[in-house]
Amino acid sequence: MEMIRLEHVTKSFGEQKVLDDVSFSVGEGEFLTVIGRSGCGKTTMLRMINGLQTPDSGHVYVEGQDVGTADLIALRRRIGYVIQNKGLFPHMTVEKNITYVPVISGRKNREENREQALKLLKLVGLDASVADRYPDELSGGQQQRVGIARALAAKAGILLMDEPFGALDEITKRSMQEELLRLQNRLRMTVVFITHDIREAMKLGDRVLVMEEGKIIQLDTPEQIRKHPADRFVEELTAF
Amino acid sequence: MEFIQEVTSLYAERGSWFLELIGAHIALSLTAIVCAGVIGLLLGIWISIHRKAAGSVLTAANILYTIPSISLLGMLIPFLGIGNPTAVVALTLYGIMPMVRNTYAGITGVSPEVISAAEGMGSTQAQIMLKIRLPLAMGVITAGIRNMVVMTISTAAIASFIGAGGLGVAIYRGITIYDTAMTFSGSLLIAVIAILSDFLLGIVERRIKKRLHLG
Repeated sequence: MEMIRLEHVTKSFGEQKVLDDVSFSVGEGEFLTVIGRSGCGKTTMLRMINGLQTPDSGHVYVEGQDVGTADLIALRRRIGYVIQNKGLFPHMTVEKNITYVPVISGRKNREENREQALKLLKLVGLDASVADRYPDELSGGQQQRVGIARALAAKAGILLMDEPFGALDEITKRSMQEELLRLQNRLRMTVVFITHDIREAMKLGDRVLVMEEGKIIQLDTPEQIRKHPADRFVEELTAF
Repeated sequence: MEFIQEVTSLYAERGSWFLELIGAHIALSLTAIVCAGVIGLLLGIWISIHRKAAGSVLTAANILYTIPSISLLGMLIPFLGIGNPTAVVALTLYGIMPMVRNTYAGITGVSPEVISAAEGMGSTQAQIMLKIRLPLAMGVITAGIRNMVVMTISTAAIASFIGAGGLGVAIYRGITIYDTAMTFSGSLLIAVIAILSDFLLGIVERRIKKRLHLG
């Protein structure tokens, strides 16, 4: 089943065209990585899926529903969203961060929420003792794990990740990638994962979407992209 | 030395009078502080939502703040007469400026990544304000309150010139009857109250920042 579909999406910021007739779809349980230089429009594209940006023309569908006419608050609560480092709420404990979506959705039973938070911490490989700590007391890798746990608390089938490991050192990044693959094997979520690191894109994605100047250059499995790069840009990108 | 003795004996002799003045001074200041605090906070929140109005509101508050206190009091007399209510209005108008400015700066200063995360997770605008923006702005808002409290306590001294109560009465009377000890005694007490408030609110500010991990 198709979970996400973009149809002829175009978006400009002033004079600059950031997305130029972008169309693709993501199937249920698929892990799609999106790779491109900074400023190629990948983040804007991602933010259209949860309605943080609206296309100038074209349509975005999530679970068959047009995002342009959907109840955005309800839609966003069903979509996990992970962004690079600063996305955690600094004034809330790890537990409060993780249970943020359940709480704003009206599930306020403290014991149930605590239990869910502890379960999610375990799932992302963190000790239960971090539940009462604050984000600034955690390492970068731990913060990113909390970010993922928080996105999972929405019990969402869809996970949007915007360069979640961009600020981590190489070693932590690699272990986080392994962790994410392990989670994905277990949970089979529909994931759209933005990165500017081609190794990361090829390692994690069932399919890889290569973007350049607001256009899709190639969308295929990592093997096909390696074997048959669409153009010089992709060839240079994958030549490592 | 003689002068200090004069002051201490004055405190001893007219203790109950000074206590009364202290009470009146605190009551007058506190009324204005509460009014300015509430109005300033609400106005600051309002202009952070309606950003187009922010410029003109902040400019207006700035102009009010620039008017010397004695002229502001003088300008209010034709409309409100003399006495405590006029003083409260003047002090409130003054206090609004630091409150609005800090509330606005605090709310709009929250990192865009944090707001984006909160939005992307399905928060309503009200939830973003109450659960994210206001708590994260608390440090800056408390600094504004501290600033405003000290200023109000100091400015309240002038209120006695238009017939309001408070320690300014001692200063004013001291001047009119050439009693420098009395003027000094009143002034000293105002300074002590202002310094003490600043010190206590400083502790509150640090506690809030620490508890909310606002670095």
